[in-house]
Amino acid sequence: MRGQPSLCDVLAPLNLDEALALRAAHPEARPLAGGTDLMVPFAAGRLPDRLFLNLWGLEELRGITVSDGEVTFGALTLFREIAAHPLFQREFPNLVRSAKATGALAIQSRGSLGGNIANGSPAADTPPSLLVYGAELELTSLRGSRWVPYADFHTGYKRSLLAPDELITRIRVPRPRAGGFHYFRKVGTRQAQAISKVSLAAWARTGNGHIQELRIALGSVAPMPIRARGAEKALLGRSGASLPLDAALEALQADISPIDDLRSSARFRRKVAGNLLADMLRGLALV
Amino acid sequence: MNDYAHIGRSVQRREGRAKLTGAALFTDDFKIEGLLHGATVRSRVPRGRITGIHFEEGFPWDEFVIVTARDIPGKNVVAHLIQDQPCLADGVINHPEEAIMLLAHPDPQRVQDARERVRVDVEPLPPVLSIDESLRCDPVIWGEDNIFKTIHITKGDPDGAEAQGHLRMDATYLTGAQEHVYIEPNAIIAEATAEGVLVRGSMQCPYYVHHALHEMFQLPLEKVRVAQVETGGGFGGKEDFPSMLACHAALLSWKAGGRPVKIAYDREEDMACTTKRHPSRTRIRSAFATDGTLLALDVELLLDGGAYTTLSPVVLSRAAIHASGPYRCPNLRVQARALATNTPPHGAFRGFGAPQSLFAIERHMDEAARRLGLDPAELRRKNLLRTGDVMATGQIMRDEVDLIALMDRALTEIRYAEKRDSYPTLNASDDPVKRGVGFSVFMHGGGFTGSAETMLNSVAALEGTEDGRVRVLAASTEMGQGANTVFTQVAAEALQAPVDLIMVVPPDTSLVPNSGPTVASRTTQVVGKLVLDAGLAMRKTLLDAGLLLDGDVAGAIRTYVARHGALRTESRYQKPDFMEWDDTTYRGDAYATYSWACYAVDLRVDLVTYETQVADFVAVQEVGRALNPTLAAGQIEGGVAQGIGWGLNEEVIWRGGSMANHQMSNYLIATAVDLPRIRVFFEERPFAYGPGGAKGLGELPMDGPAPAILNAVQHALQIAPRQVPMTPEVLMDLVEGA
Repeated sequence: MRGQPSLCDVLAPLNLDEALALRAAHPEARPLAGGTDLMVPFAAGRLPDRLFLNLWGLEELRGITVSDGEVTFGALTLFREIAAHPLFQREFPNLVRSAKATGALAIQSRGSLGGNIANGSPAADTPPSLLVYGAELELTSLRGSRWVPYADFHTGYKRSLLAPDELITRIRVPRPRAGGFHYFRKVGTRQAQAISKVSLAAWARTGNGHIQELRIALGSVAPMPIRARGAEKALLGRSGASLPLDAALEALQADISPIDDLRSSARFRRKVAGNLLADMLRGLALV
Repeated sequence: MNDYAHIGRSVQRREGRAKLTGAALFTDDFKIEGLLHGATVRSRVPRGRITGIHFEEGFPWDEFVIVTARDIPGKNVVAHLIQDQPCLADGVINHPEEAIMLLAHPDPQRVQDARERVRVDVEPLPPVLSIDESLRCDPVIWGEDNIFKTIHITKGDPDGAEAQGHLRMDATYLTGAQEHVYIEPNAIIAEATAEGVLVRGSMQCPYYVHHALHEMFQLPLEKVRVAQVETGGGFGGKEDFPSMLACHAALLSWKAGGRPVKIAYDREEDMACTTKRHPSRTRIRSAFATDGTLLALDVELLLDGGAYTTLSPVVLSRAAIHASGPYRCPNLRVQARALATNTPPHGAFRGFGAPQSLFAIERHMDEAARRLGLDPAELRRKNLLRTGDVMATGQIMRDEVDLIALMDRALTEIRYAEKRDSYPTLNASDDPVKRGVGFSVFMHGGGFTGSAETMLNSVAALEGTEDGRVRVLAASTEMGQGANTVFTQVAAEALQAPVDLIMVVPPDTSLVPNSGPTVASRTTQVVGKLVLDAGLAMRKTLLDAGLLLDGDVAGAIRTYVARHGALRTESRYQKPDFMEWDDTTYRGDAYATYSWACYAVDLRVDLVTYETQVADFVAVQEVGRALNPTLAAGQIEGGVAQGIGWGLNEEVIWRGGSMANHQMSNYLIATAVDLPRIRVFFEERPFAYGPGGAKGLGELPMDGPAPAILNAVQHALQIAPRQVPMTPEVLMDLVEGA
């Protein structure tokens, strides 16, 4: 291991109030939840942080609450808990599938929804699903709490609305009406335990043979997880029998801005993002 | 039918319980008093001249042991076939991971920190980073022409025959580098003074390491001792590299007055700096008669050897000899060259050149079949070698193997004929998932090439102990492949003793004779035979002494040792009497025997994602006799998994001569989800010169999967992929047009 624990300090609050106070006092301290994203660059000696704020023990950040209209997740909700929840299999299948697509079982038992969001990787597996289900985030500091739409949260590569004294404390997702159409597909270099090269999630509701509601989101094709608003607009209100595929594909290409990196090429990501959209629409037309 | 008590039975892995429970100690597990941790400062540029080395001011350098080329007491060389690779760069840099300086400190983290505080000034020189640049000699970086080795094989009149062909083809095939990803990265512990050098660690070939230390220190042979520690996989990656690491650790210890020094690479350093499979480019020109008879092959084979010679000439040799595949071909030319580039040296990897050239010929045969309008199975039926045929080097095919029957068995298991017919109809639908079926036929020569086994002059010995047990003494290492268990079975068989009487001594050059390196699929076939013969000799010794009449082997040994003080028998390699080989003309018996196989796959290609998923895999092989069927099947399954990875996923991304994706998160080997069920079948035709009839099989399964998969992709998509790894990105360009 090239990371040097002896050069690091960890702040260990006992409750959320202490955590918020430490966060305000030490904005340079890197919040540490499950650690599944941070420990990889740490071990490789590539994590510059020397001070950490350990959130792992904070009970206030755990738990899933289901009410009539929505589900609220504590920020420390584990992927394993999402994957195992019977209600979510039915109502949020994309979230379940993306949680199951995140790393290995060990990672799913340690990695958290809040951490996945805060880390801000464009390749993270759950954000596209959260985007299509219209999630909102609760950001909390000593100054108080505020709810922001998740779609507005990421503002650029590893940049977000999170203020230096704030923590993500909860994630709220409205329960979609029954009978919707859900699509999630992750393309990695192998079938499991791979970082995504492209991912696409969609949720739609059809009525009278037309697309009444539609949200499409993608991972690994932009500096952050994004909604494909152009493609959504091209399709919304259209008849399932005559979907304007070419227009939607063209709009999608304007929505995304992929790059070449070690995992894939911009060319491949553009082509496969389009293929995934077409694949999703094939499924939608059959609904 | 099994007339043996132990051979052919799945005896439990000897060291399996210790490994399973964690009791087995690997190099990095040892707790050693006064241990120093070593680290390496590397060049970071592919080619240049060192103009200065600077130590950060204010850092407590006096706490560290520091070694540069000037501290080497003997020769600055890592000795292999030829001595062109320095142990530490001295003035000149030839690849970006080249070691320049070594550091050691009692605190492993301090030493990692320290190596970031050394700055090496380098005047860069233009590098050679590809086979083409190397061929153009632009610039010359090694010898006079960048060529480590050239091999020519000629048979018949390839030019004349090519002119007569009904179908003439010309196609070029590419294969990429591959990282071994053994589970345990390279690790060595050394203690070195003028009184003696002791090196312990993870390795395949203790006597290679012994030779390298002897040359570098210029110490007498008997003052150097090398002991293998439990080794977590090798696959060829611990064939030559441990010699370098042992020299490094020993130099640090030498400078530190003999204090023990450990260098244990982490995964990133191991992936970036150690050897990989040679990338290759093979151009095949061929001529076929109207009926599909193969008339001529003209093969130009190029291997990227990296910055130093290491084992490239030998890898090239095996690649060249296997280049015409398992086919009768009356007119043949193979021109093979290994070339220098400014990347870390490429080295041994399971298959050792054969996977590269067999990939090319097996893809070429399927392309030829398509052009001829023949089923690939029909084309092979016409051209497969038969007993008595003359092979590429003039070797008469002695193996009594029916390759057509072997192929048919694999095709039946995969239901080839039915799928070959039905898939094109299914694929005509608008379902983006296309199906294909394909196969490869191939062979792998067992043991060292040509006269090299004779030159190795290997010896193995058995020793009886006071308490009536038997110690097997050989330099062949257990690295997960099952050598311990197979030697135990063979020795027990020869002595007609229970397996629990047999102990395989961990290889240590102060204890065991040199039975040669643990490579080239030779451990069972060649060294196993030596162990068998030493066992038969021991049995004869006991019988001649009037012992063993009651069949009690332990009792007989106890009595013999009590009477005579010792009981030891040896066996030395003797080549099969038919074998003749001329290394200058490359004519003769290249290998005493070959293992033969046909691998068949059924797969799906998803045109949404361009991903290829193997759905069913059939591996049929003739390996003489499988001494331990469970271990043998495990070898085949593991090799197939590695072959599927090489064919589809495992891509080494080069940037400036370095592996850019030197992490397991970016260099992805197949997981269980990526692999099909691998169905393994053995044909057994005992080989007269192998123990219990066994032939080598460790490398064989690496040779066949990649071409079988790409042949099935040709069937699924009616395209001609010519490159591995065939990643989705590569396939997308083929399907959609680049």
